[in-house]
Amino acid sequence: MKTTDTPPPADAPGPAGPQDTPPAGTVTVRPAVRRTAPPAAGESRSGGVLNVFSHGVLVIWAVLVVMPLLWAVMTSFKDDRSIFTRPWSLPDSLHFENWSRAWTQAHMSDYFLNTVLVVAGSLAGTLLLGSMAAYVLARFEFPGNRFIYYLFIGGMSFPVILALVPLFYVMNNLGLLNTVHGLILVYIAYSLPFTVFFLVSFFRTLPTSVAEAAIIDGASHTRTFFQVMLPMAKPGLISVGIFNFLGQWNQYLLPTVLNTDPENKVLSQGLVQLAVSQGYKGDWSGLFAGLVMAMLPVLAAYIVFQRQVVAGLTAGALK
Amino acid sequence: MQHGKYRFIVGFLIVPLTLYGLFVVWPFVQSIYYSFTDWTGLSPDFAMVGFDNYTRMLDDDTFWSSLQHSLTFALLLPVVVLGLALFFAFMLNVGGRHRKGSAISGVRGSGFYKIVYFFPQVLSIAIVALLFQFAYNPNSGAINSALGAVGLDSVRPEWLGDPNLALWCVMAVLVWSTTGFFVVLFSAGMASIPKDFYEAALLDGANRFTTFFRITLPLLWDTVQSGWVYMGILALGAESFAVVQIMTVGPGGPADSTNVLTLLVYQKAFRDGQAAYATTIGVALLVVTLAFSAIVMRLGRRERLEY
Repeated sequence: MKTTDTPPPADAPGPAGPQDTPPAGTVTVRPAVRRTAPPAAGESRSGGVLNVFSHGVLVIWAVLVVMPLLWAVMTSFKDDRSIFTRPWSLPDSLHFENWSRAWTQAHMSDYFLNTVLVVAGSLAGTLLLGSMAAYVLARFEFPGNRFIYYLFIGGMSFPVILALVPLFYVMNNLGLLNTVHGLILVYIAYSLPFTVFFLVSFFRTLPTSVAEAAIIDGASHTRTFFQVMLPMAKPGLISVGIFNFLGQWNQYLLPTVLNTDPENKVLSQGLVQLAVSQGYKGDWSGLFAGLVMAMLPVLAAYIVFQRQVVAGLTAGALK
Repeated sequence: MQHGKYRFIVGFLIVPLTLYGLFVVWPFVQSIYYSFTDWTGLSPDFAMVGFDNYTRMLDDDTFWSSLQHSLTFALLLPVVVLGLALFFAFMLNVGGRHRKGSAISGVRGSGFYKIVYFFPQVLSIAIVALLFQFAYNPNSGAINSALGAVGLDSVRPEWLGDPNLALWCVMAVLVWSTTGFFVVLFSAGMASIPKDFYEAALLDGANRFTTFFRITLPLLWDTVQSGWVYMGILALGAESFAVVQIMTVGPGGPADSTNVLTLLVYQKAFRDGQAAYATTIGVALLVVTLAFSAIVMRLGRRERLEY
């Protein structure tokens, strides 16, 4: 979206924008005009009404977003009886045993460990392989360059479920079904389209002179990439890393199809599994504790790294 | 030098390409081939059956109702979500009271709103779906007991249990979980629109309504359009699968009132042992997705505004 991410030049002429923008001359005399002509009283009153209205709507949406989350936290501290009889009442006492029960008996600790293993492996692999492919595609001319590039980014708009049916049997034949390393490889493969797309455009924005200097100094292409280009690409790697981290941590479709062994379940499918089994046992408080347990670390990390997360997740769409 | 360059290119591309080819491209190609066979997925033997699966699909009522639900998602969700997000983003960036020194400003506390609105985006869709499944519970869920608390005891919908309501309940969850992302996305886009334009428009007496439709929306159009395609693909694909599979009874029920194409592919392949037929439905989903993207790109084509 080139029109939205290029900062305007300092002397951007006004009329280049929408048709009803006045000539540039009007803009330059603005300060004087504004000081002598404050908005009319009537206009500011209607602005006030609109302000109350817009503020009201914003508050309502904020409440709608926060309420379910708060409700879940509250419920996770209640006992089963009051969950059913008084869903909105505050817990009579903080039942921390819900949390310990979810962590140990309901296997939340295993799900956490599996998720950390899978995401750590696949995130490292995605960033390494994605940046290697993107660097070559962005910086080197060779026959088939365009074809490979479009092959990668084409993967972004295809429905994943279509590939999953044969993929299940491919994985089965390779002995990778229901294994942690198999899931890591699949996560990497399905993260590559966006990663390559994003990093290709990022590598193109980096200056060529530094890499050329390194080559002239006798560094090999490989060494130039790892010691010169990768450090320069750090901001891009962080953005796309955050994007992939959230996508892979929250992944539900791929593990549901390819990772059905109860031993290896990751967090999102483990919780769904938990919902089914706790439903039979009637342990709703334990389930809510599990839900909140899965929710809080990501929310906490988001609040701490809020700026980077937002930049990472929106960068791709604005590029 | 040349020799070294090609060795380097091949060396760097071989692993990512092999992985991508083996796990993404090859299964895609295979699935289109399988859609012309009678493969069950359970045994390795299969035979070519031509277009049998496709004619069967055209006679399948479940397929048609799933297609209808998927299309409803793809057509309605982007409109609702992007509309809400544009409104919120405009309020947060331009909708504030005029203050000294700046022609336009967001409402007070806009930074706080942006942080809060983004919460659902960082949560797994599976967690969100589970949470709302409990909130919708007709007897002890948060929504019905809140209705009871404000004296609406007589109105106690069955929500997910009611075939006429279930699809809307599912859509509401998708709206809840995706709107925040677009608010933040559009906010970033609006922040890069030069302030001069707004100042000039305000001087000419434009109100906020006009400002939005004459300045903000045209300059943001590219972002809106790619957001539209992105949202449509989400609504047709993975997000709708998770929400429907986790939340609805059956899943896909009651009485097939919420089934979507993604879930139908999953059920046919991994529950009913009809892998070939599942890929056929998958191909239909692929056609719908590509047609959707093409139509949005085509309809949304505007003159590019450079500024």
